[in-house]
Amino acid sequence: MSEPATAVEIATAVRSGERSARSVVEAHLAAIEAREADVHAFNLVTADAALARADEVDARVAAGEDPGPLAGVPIALKDNLCTTGVPTTCSSKILDGWRPPYDATVVQRLAAAGAVSVGKTNLDEFAMGSSTENSAFGPTKNPHDLTRVPGGSSGGSAAAVAAGFSPLGLGSDTGGSIRQPAAFCGIVGAKPTYGAVSRYGLVAFASSLDQIGPFATTVADAAVLLEAISGHDPLDSTSLPEAPLALTDHLTRGVEGLRVGVVKELLDAEGIAPDVQARTRAAVEALEAAGAKVEEVSVPAVIYGLSAYYLIAPAEASSNLARYDGVRYGLRVDAPTTGEMMDATRTAGFGPEVERRIMLGTYALSAGYYDAFYGKAQKVRTLIIRDFEAAYERCDVLLSPTAPTTAFPFGAKADPLAMYLNDVCTIPSNLAGHPAISVPFGTGDDGLPIGVQVMAPALAEGTMFQVAAALEAHLAEEGASS
Amino acid sequence: MASISRDDVAHVARLARLQLTDEQIDTFTPQLAAILDHAADVEALQLDDVPPTAHPFPLANVMRPDVARDAGIREAALDGAPEAEDGMFRVPPVLGEAP
Amino acid sequence: MTDTATATSSVLPEGWEMVIGLEVHCELHTATKLFCSCPNSFGDEPNANTCPTCLGLPGSLPVVNEQAVELAMRLGRALRCDVKRSIFARKNYFYPDQPKDYQISQYDLPTNEHGHLDLPSGLRVGITRAHIEEDTGKLNHVGGGGRIHDAAHSLVDYNRAGVPLVEIVSEPDLRTSEQAKEYVAELRAILLATGVSDAKMEEGSMRVDANVSVNRAGEPWGTRCEIKNLNSLRSLGRAIDHEALRQIQLLESGERIRQETRHWDEASGRTGTLRSKEDADDYRYFPEPDLVPLEPTSEDIARIDAALPPLPAARRATLAEAAGVETTDAAVVLAVQRDLDPLALGALGAGADAARVLTHIEHNLAVDGAEALSPEHLATLVKMETGGELTATQAKAVLAEMVETGQDPAAIAKAKGFEALDTGALEAIVDEVIAANPDEWETFRTGDDKARGKLTGFFMGQVMKASKGQADGKAATALLRTRAGL
Repeated sequence: MSEPATAVEIATAVRSGERSARSVVEAHLAAIEAREADVHAFNLVTADAALARADEVDARVAAGEDPGPLAGVPIALKDNLCTTGVPTTCSSKILDGWRPPYDATVVQRLAAAGAVSVGKTNLDEFAMGSSTENSAFGPTKNPHDLTRVPGGSSGGSAAAVAAGFSPLGLGSDTGGSIRQPAAFCGIVGAKPTYGAVSRYGLVAFASSLDQIGPFATTVADAAVLLEAISGHDPLDSTSLPEAPLALTDHLTRGVEGLRVGVVKELLDAEGIAPDVQARTRAAVEALEAAGAKVEEVSVPAVIYGLSAYYLIAPAEASSNLARYDGVRYGLRVDAPTTGEMMDATRTAGFGPEVERRIMLGTYALSAGYYDAFYGKAQKVRTLIIRDFEAAYERCDVLLSPTAPTTAFPFGAKADPLAMYLNDVCTIPSNLAGHPAISVPFGTGDDGLPIGVQVMAPALAEGTMFQVAAALEAHLAEEGASS
Repeated sequence: MASISRDDVAHVARLARLQLTDEQIDTFTPQLAAILDHAADVEALQLDDVPPTAHPFPLANVMRPDVARDAGIREAALDGAPEAEDGMFRVPPVLGEAP
Repeated sequence: MTDTATATSSVLPEGWEMVIGLEVHCELHTATKLFCSCPNSFGDEPNANTCPTCLGLPGSLPVVNEQAVELAMRLGRALRCDVKRSIFARKNYFYPDQPKDYQISQYDLPTNEHGHLDLPSGLRVGITRAHIEEDTGKLNHVGGGGRIHDAAHSLVDYNRAGVPLVEIVSEPDLRTSEQAKEYVAELRAILLATGVSDAKMEEGSMRVDANVSVNRAGEPWGTRCEIKNLNSLRSLGRAIDHEALRQIQLLESGERIRQETRHWDEASGRTGTLRSKEDADDYRYFPEPDLVPLEPTSEDIARIDAALPPLPAARRATLAEAAGVETTDAAVVLAVQRDLDPLALGALGAGADAARVLTHIEHNLAVDGAEALSPEHLATLVKMETGGELTATQAKAVLAEMVETGQDPAAIAKAKGFEALDTGALEAIVDEVIAANPDEWETFRTGDDKARGKLTGFFMGQVMKASKGQADGKAATALLRTRAGL
């Protein structure tokens, strides 16, 4: 098969017996073979296991069974998702070589849907970063331009999909770690409603913000993947009681009469590049042309989003990463006493960005500072939620840029604060627990991809995908007619 | 509001069990100070009447029945241990009781 | 009901008082751990009962055990607490027996608050809070005699990690080590009665830490020290007294008390420093983001209240009222302690004399198997006593056999040939004994109290011999005195 096929096309072909899962997987492994050395999307390619899995899928088809909606579809898994017996490193030295004895719930659901994992992808260490430059195993390159970052923290999965290594990818999003790399790599990336997808088996970064979500080359593929992994999980106490999301119906409904609000504070935020603003406005026009009512809205509290996030996320992370102490798994640096062993292990095992955030978080929680920092930041969350609720009384969905710029060169954002500003548009949805999706919408002045972000209220993924599909369709028309 | 000092950084590193060199403390201190200064806008807000949000949605009483299950991971867990002995995780001498 | 007692310890030097608060951790009697479905079971192969969650593996998450919450609320209501909306919080500290290097506990909003426990001796002890938290794993120190300080290395078993605990914190209302022991015993009785915990100090399913401070009478309370490693009620009592005396000695020599945690060493009978609380650990408590709040409804609480069994204090009250004595009566306290109150109530209900019943409880029935005695039989026995058919000594013997064989008292008395002598027979024997011992009788009749006291014993011995033990001692003594014209 010479042309890349979408997940939906592959699954249809495999389920009907028209194509073998093995041939699909082989083709993608070949694509990986051809370009992975340049891109470095993966920490580990699991070729043998993938082929074995593909054979199982084919056997089921041959036996007249239905392997599921993702039958034979290759997928790249971010290396902070636990996979039994397969190293899960979080791109950190402290977990180098660690093999989980259990699968993340999403990994089990993918297997039940017939998907075939082709490997574990690179990330910023412990998902802390916006460029994948913080990986202990070297950065991933943006397939569109190898001198540029793919975004982060899920840069490896985004690059894998953008490079054609697999039609689908899974990432995690705490402050934008799916959406921003999706925008930088010119693909679709979505973060679901908090609690819509189980976090069991996702190595925690910031528990009240983390969500697992899909990468794909099309909105429809992202929808099918999200459907497959979503739904209540009794192993995750923060998992919503809801049944799996039902999204594919929404894709063809169009946007006639839908009310769209462009978030003023995000479109005009400091650091949003003119070409990004231009494409966002183009998206507005596209939706209007398709029959939506678009207006500018204000969500005032989002201007505090970055500050609140950089107090809450590190605080939770500092506690979540305490368990890496050399006692039970992962790296151990020997020392005469356990205390010294813990100190030495953590110091040797964590990179500087992780150390920075652990210290920031420890400080924000420490005696005397809790109320001023963590406590206050949790109140800012309330303000953001309230302002979103007010906006959603007038709008069905909200629109903004995904990232302030196109993909930047390696080393361009060495200053941590400069790097953090990447997340200004994506962070508010994490704080509010709302779903958000980045849809590729043209290119910047430098020819690199730009994504626009559609946000929706909790559990309104259907409407969100509806709008995303309309944007995608418009772009396709634009492309076809030019 | 005074930002984070060098001593604060050293103290916090100890709390977090990170051994930092003087150089590292020197590097980290202004970086952390800059981030906290940026967050001063939050600190300055008057939010006494605003309740904190710990979870976006008001879930409550999420529990499970008291029924035993064998996770079956004992062997794998011990195999994955940096050091194990007699079915237990082995560590160097532990000085001091639990805090 | 006594308020905060003004009882002072007789152990302390004149003019000194002590203040005691207790923190008791109890393992809850559930089938599984607090946050995962691993068995809550003691004594299995190391690390047999583990899973990703209780090992703190990356990516694992906690899910609350509904039975642990039920038992915690039940205990709260048994301790007359307010049972309210609660949230779990992380207590962050590094230690190898703590799999996540934080403990999930409760901090600002515990499940139970503001209760009390009434001691048998009458003191009401406030319960500040009783919250839910997870237990740690166990560290085994290898080499160096098993003690932490000389170990060559340590081995960690996480079977216990994640076992559900309730930590019960008392107000500092206790003033003596006796009261402290009473409190723990009463708490244990409540835990057993409600099925919340089997509360065995020796096995570690109930752990007691004591906070002790001293002050001169009338002065403000002193700095307190915490004492750990108390494995029995006896240790608890000894350690508290020792610690109070240690502090007094320091203060009397002009030194100040450092707030610290001390470790009780049973062998040497002393406390030693573990760590200073002045460098207090910063636990950086914050609400557990992986869990959601617990919100008990008023229906939940009503259901729990309705299902509470009769608690020790209520049982004492019931028996005391039926017997016409105070709830602090030693026999009443003992009866409830040994589950003999149903027996006593049954006997009273069958018309037995209350004083005799309580005396038997206190002196003759604190033995195994006594609770199986038939109340009707006990009533019959007591009636035989009060009717003069049996002496106290005989009744005691019959009772012992009733406990052993379960036979009815009349049959046993008959088999033993027990009958109290009637008055005429007794008089005849007393007169014979007097006649047989004229010199002693003369001394008895005319001598001083001291001489008479000694000879009473002599004559009683003779009377008992002559009557083959069937004489009623009191009646015989009274008769002697009458004969002597006293």
